[in-house]
Amino acid sequence: MTIRCEIISQDRTVFTGDVDIVVLPGAAGEMGILPKHAPVLTTLKYGVVKIRKGGKEEIFAVAGGVAEVQPDIVTILADRGSENIQDIDLERAEAAKKRAEEYLAKSAPADTDHYLIMEAALRRANLRLDVVRRYRKSGMRIPPSDN
Amino acid sequence: MASAREMRLRIKSVKNISQVTRALETVSASKVRKAINAVTATRAYATKAWQVLRHVAEQPGRDSLHPLLAQRKSVNNTLVVVITGDRGLAGAYNSNVIRFVSQRFDSNAVPVKYIAVGRKGRDLMLRRGKKVIAEFSNLPAAPTFGDVSTIGRLAVDEFSKGAADEVYLVYTDFVNMGRQITTVKKLLPLELEGEGLVEDFGNKSTGPTAAYEYEPDMRVILDEIIPRFTALQVYQAILESQASEHAARMIAMRNATDNAKELVGALQLAYNKVRQQGITNDILDIVGGAEALSAK
Repeated sequence: MTIRCEIISQDRTVFTGDVDIVVLPGAAGEMGILPKHAPVLTTLKYGVVKIRKGGKEEIFAVAGGVAEVQPDIVTILADRGSENIQDIDLERAEAAKKRAEEYLAKSAPADTDHYLIMEAALRRANLRLDVVRRYRKSGMRIPPSDN
Repeated sequence: MASAREMRLRIKSVKNISQVTRALETVSASKVRKAINAVTATRAYATKAWQVLRHVAEQPGRDSLHPLLAQRKSVNNTLVVVITGDRGLAGAYNSNVIRFVSQRFDSNAVPVKYIAVGRKGRDLMLRRGKKVIAEFSNLPAAPTFGDVSTIGRLAVDEFSKGAADEVYLVYTDFVNMGRQITTVKKLLPLELEGEGLVEDFGNKSTGPTAAYEYEPDMRVILDEIIPRFTALQVYQAILESQASEHAARMIAMRNATDNAKELVGALQLAYNKVRQQGITNDILDIVGGAEALSAK
């Protein structure tokens, strides 16, 4: 018994496949989704989505978004910048963090668009660094199943 | 028959035109590639977002779920977002959209207002005396969601403040290089499958639904996703339309180049005949003159 999981970000499909369990960072805390779960619609917090299939686990960083759970499918509409932790480019994340911190430290006027963008960039960079530190060793690749 | 000189000029001008059209074709070819990348990258997300919205709308008691889902008892105003290009020379691309709009909405039972995206569409609609309440032109190539989200927000605002009771979106769906389809999609209030036409950016969706549980709570999440996902549909439609426009222009320019080539061939043949005729006449004159002299 498996449940289909689709992780889709605004600019690409991050993952699709049939898996045993999906754990996602729901608004009210972590939720583990097994097949035949009741329908749920939830927003996502910054965090990680874990999927497990046959003893293998794969982990994705998501920068917020929305998840729709149906008994046979979990659709995760992730915001931009969501990816498999194996794909995260640590150097790029470090550089982005530095850039954002420098900008924010200059005490630029808050609530301008650029300030908010940089703040979001900092949060994303921190999320990536954090997630890699915590999970990279354990993560493994599950080959995506054919449609 | 035209003089040889006139024909030479004509051939030259046709050749010049074909050079221009070939250049335009090359430019469109590179633009269409970029546009296709952009449109396919976001298509999955837009399709899924639309599907989630539709599942929400299938919930029991949708009219009370959220004001943007409620079907109004009386429809007094229709708003149509029409997406065209800023430039012409794209074959029938722009006029197809406007013709489609006319067919679909000219005999509408209630007054129709338009939001024009793209200068060509605005001009054509104003010329036909349609009521255009807003226009957006000079959109960047392959815009980001942020660049165009105001268009979707405007449509949502018009609906929620009651200035429009239904909102449609007319755009050109990109199927492949040779095929683009002018399409209408009902944005607000959301229409369910079977109720009418719901187009889906070339994808089919599935799945019946039981009642959702909402986290954090229904109002918060619906407030967030319904306007955003609706605006996202407008965004995706713009990307689809841009890809279609460049594809249509490329094909149109290729046809123009081919036609010019054919025309040059035909003109060249006619010109050669005229030239040959002239030479023959000259020789006949000379021969005639020589004979007249020797006969003396």
